[in-house]
Amino acid sequence: MTAEPRPAVRLRIPEATAGARILAFGDYQPARVVTNDDLARNVDTSDAWIRSRVGIAERRIAGDDEGIVELAVHAGGKAIAGSGLAPSEIDLVILATCSAESPMPAHAGIVAHRLGIDAPGAFDLNAACAGFCYALATASAAVRGGSARNVLVIGSEKMSQWIDWTDRSTSIIFADGAGAAVVTGADEPGIGPVVWGSAGDQFDKIIIPDRHSFIQQEGQAVFRWATTAIAPVALEACERAGIAPADLAAVVPHQANLRIIEAIARRVKAVNAVVADDIVHSGNTSGRPFRWRSPA
Amino acid sequence: MADATEQEILDGLAEIIDEIVGIDKSQVTPEKNFIDDLDIDSLSMVEIAVAAQDKFGVEIPDDELRNLKTVKDVINFVQNLQA
Repeated sequence: MTAEPRPAVRLRIPEATAGARILAFGDYQPARVVTNDDLARNVDTSDAWIRSRVGIAERRIAGDDEGIVELAVHAGGKAIAGSGLAPSEIDLVILATCSAESPMPAHAGIVAHRLGIDAPGAFDLNAACAGFCYALATASAAVRGGSARNVLVIGSEKMSQWIDWTDRSTSIIFADGAGAAVVTGADEPGIGPVVWGSAGDQFDKIIIPDRHSFIQQEGQAVFRWATTAIAPVALEACERAGIAPADLAAVVPHQANLRIIEAIARRVKAVNAVVADDIVHSGNTSGRPFRWRSPA
Repeated sequence: MADATEQEILDGLAEIIDEIVGIDKSQVTPEKNFIDDLDIDSLSMVEIAVAAQDKFGVEIPDDELRNLKTVKDVINFVQNLQA
């Protein structure tokens, strides 16, 4: 006796969307301003030295009552309000952070709950200072692939809780804050292709070695790597998007160090672009995206 | 740039320094000390080393960079590795 052949079964997959774009943006910075002079009272440094080496004039530091969830809720709430969407229309929340107070539960779920988004997809993403870009690319892929309609992407960092305030090589650099974007589908793409990358061989150059440690950084090695490795990736992203560097209106690198930012901009040769310098008044906030208006 | 002459390395280095820190090429002469005479700090030195790597095909690691105090030191370093 032979079995009847089974009818062919084909999985149904969601319909793809041509592109994705940012519908709205929201940001939040803690109220407390810490100047270079404030730092110089505790460690051997000076306003002139900090400005010349990293380009930072002041930074924002969160209070004890503000963790990465609170920072993220402020920024995410503004982004949703700006989008005109109801919280129930958000079906995925991605929270990029590398400075969370604890590894579990995923903070994205808590943030979603606080914002009145009922049981969306929610996960934290850690790609350190590249976190928001990774999250944005992931959101874009989710929307285009049809697994989500509207994604809330947040970068929230409280670097201050991982800083040794007697270490002058790191305490002058890092700071706190959050930014968020609502990503939705669009026939005309507003988010370009991503060029993924990482540098696992450099793992010990910026590191929190264990739960009892603070951030440690080898400044000169990081400077060399960043000024060498980033520009080629940026140029490849331009190439994939079909945009010539001369046609760029703005270059917005991770705000690590103004000297690194300027070196990257030089190597990209975006001669007509303005270059983002949020770091001057915000410090290095790792994976936090920022609202930046060109002075031009 | 294979087996560049001393003058070619000097000219190439002067171009790099002009581009990165905006010091006129005529100021870059062999006896000049980067920090004391040209006011170039350690981060700019890293940038210059990276650009020199592209131009001369010679890697200048951070450990070596620390010992290169003058323009002549860099010229010698590049020439020795190219030889």
